[in-house]
Amino acid sequence: MKEVVIIGGGAAGLAAAIACYDAGLKDILVIERSQFLGGILNQCIHNGFGLHTFKEELTGPEYASRFIKEVERREIKALTSSMVIDLEPHRVTYVNSTEGVNTIETKAIILAMGCRERPRGALNIPGFRPAGIFSAGTAQRLMNIEGYLVGKRVVILGSGDIGLIMARRMTLEGAKVLAVAELMPYSGGLKRNIVQCLDDFNIPLLLSHTVVNIEGKERVEAVTIAKVDSSRKPIKGTEKRFECDTLLLSVGLLPENELSKKAGLTLSPVTGGPIVDNSFSAGDGIFACGNVLHVHDLVDYVSEEAALAGSQAAKYVKEGFKEKEYIKVSTGFGVRYTVPQYIQKGCEDVMLRFRVTDIFKGSSIVISSKGNVLKKIKRQVMSPGEMESVKLNFKADEDILVEVVNE
Amino acid sequence: MSNVELTCINCPLGCQLTATVENGAVIKVSGNNCIRGERYAKNEVVAPKRTVTSTVKGVGCRVCVKTVPEIPKEKIFACMEEIHKTEITSHVHIGDVIIKNIAGTGSDLVATSEG
Repeated sequence: MKEVVIIGGGAAGLAAAIACYDAGLKDILVIERSQFLGGILNQCIHNGFGLHTFKEELTGPEYASRFIKEVERREIKALTSSMVIDLEPHRVTYVNSTEGVNTIETKAIILAMGCRERPRGALNIPGFRPAGIFSAGTAQRLMNIEGYLVGKRVVILGSGDIGLIMARRMTLEGAKVLAVAELMPYSGGLKRNIVQCLDDFNIPLLLSHTVVNIEGKERVEAVTIAKVDSSRKPIKGTEKRFECDTLLLSVGLLPENELSKKAGLTLSPVTGGPIVDNSFSAGDGIFACGNVLHVHDLVDYVSEEAALAGSQAAKYVKEGFKEKEYIKVSTGFGVRYTVPQYIQKGCEDVMLRFRVTDIFKGSSIVISSKGNVLKKIKRQVMSPGEMESVKLNFKADEDILVEVVNE
Repeated sequence: MSNVELTCINCPLGCQLTATVENGAVIKVSGNNCIRGERYAKNEVVAPKRTVTSTVKGVGCRVCVKTVPEIPKEKIFACMEEIHKTEITSHVHIGDVIIKNIAGTGSDLVATSEG
């Protein structure tokens, strides 16, 4: 019987493992599908990671290596090239080439499987299905880890951060990025990435545009982009045809929760991740953190959240299950979701993370309970592409409502 | 005296900066939440700098690299040209210098992954 099994050895899994160890657990097992620890950080070779955690600017592999070293220093056991194929409370089944299929019992489980990219099939783009259509993260992996330039003339659909980062990467490596098209009237990525990945290289960002046709039999030959109206339908006569060999898709990330479903967890239809309380517990000794819970923009926040989940899982292992009362966190105008969705009654200093539904300028985040305002914070700008964090510096005794209030 | 609006690129907060420029030099920066923002605005108006990250061919794998410190923005493609010509023939660790004084910038190209 293990004390805790952590599924996933990326940013979240590593931070959770370290926190479990530091909270007194010794029988910890990290199970990682890939050959190496570090997860998606290994292919994010750009800089900008770790300013919050380490007060210095690191690249993805450097950020990962700091955590891997901490895991190794604590002699925490990690199985790589091992894939978890079945999950139920207190029982994990994995497969690898040396042990075959193996089932282990554990007191607690931490889900840290991350997310995957929304594929072309989720978008219903018309046109042919030639080679040369990649999700941005796949292209990033092929380029940064395998060393292949996946195309020479590129159009990117979606202005998520990976798409923006790839626009710069492909330009640096000699490709011509013709345009980044974004369906929404605002970018889905961070402002800094618009500046340093697009503006620096004069790559046009076409807001309220989408791909309406893909040409090419064996390989992509051209992509047609059109402007969309306020209901996101293409406007006839606005089509622009770009001759290119590659289309990258950076159209969103989906928490990877097949295993969570197998374990019988309830998933939020909004985040796509498990519903958790402020100890990151999804019930039955299962905890969740990082992108499997909800998609983050910032790895620093993933590490912070995962460390908290790890220490809470350790507390659960040591103290056992305790019946608790909960308050519910509801979302009002302008708030798409919150994590956690429930808070243990009487808890203080809970960090609430959420995303807004639209761009808001000069609005306030208001947290109230039965009409009484408990906290009000003014924000210059809020955007769906940037996660909001609010610390609840009051005792949570009754259900609360989080909403955006325009002045 | 004139004002230049900038988005800080140092961290994901992306602070909206206003740099007040007089005689080609930045005399005041506002909107920043930290010292990096001030430094960024002062550089960005006069001589913009960037960190370039890429990979070079290593022993059996790609080795990730970055320029330390940042290089002048106009030297980005000169750096890339040198990076493209480079191949590492022995194993390296994070922090090892791969190219000294890359493209005459005074910055070094440093490994950011084990390889």
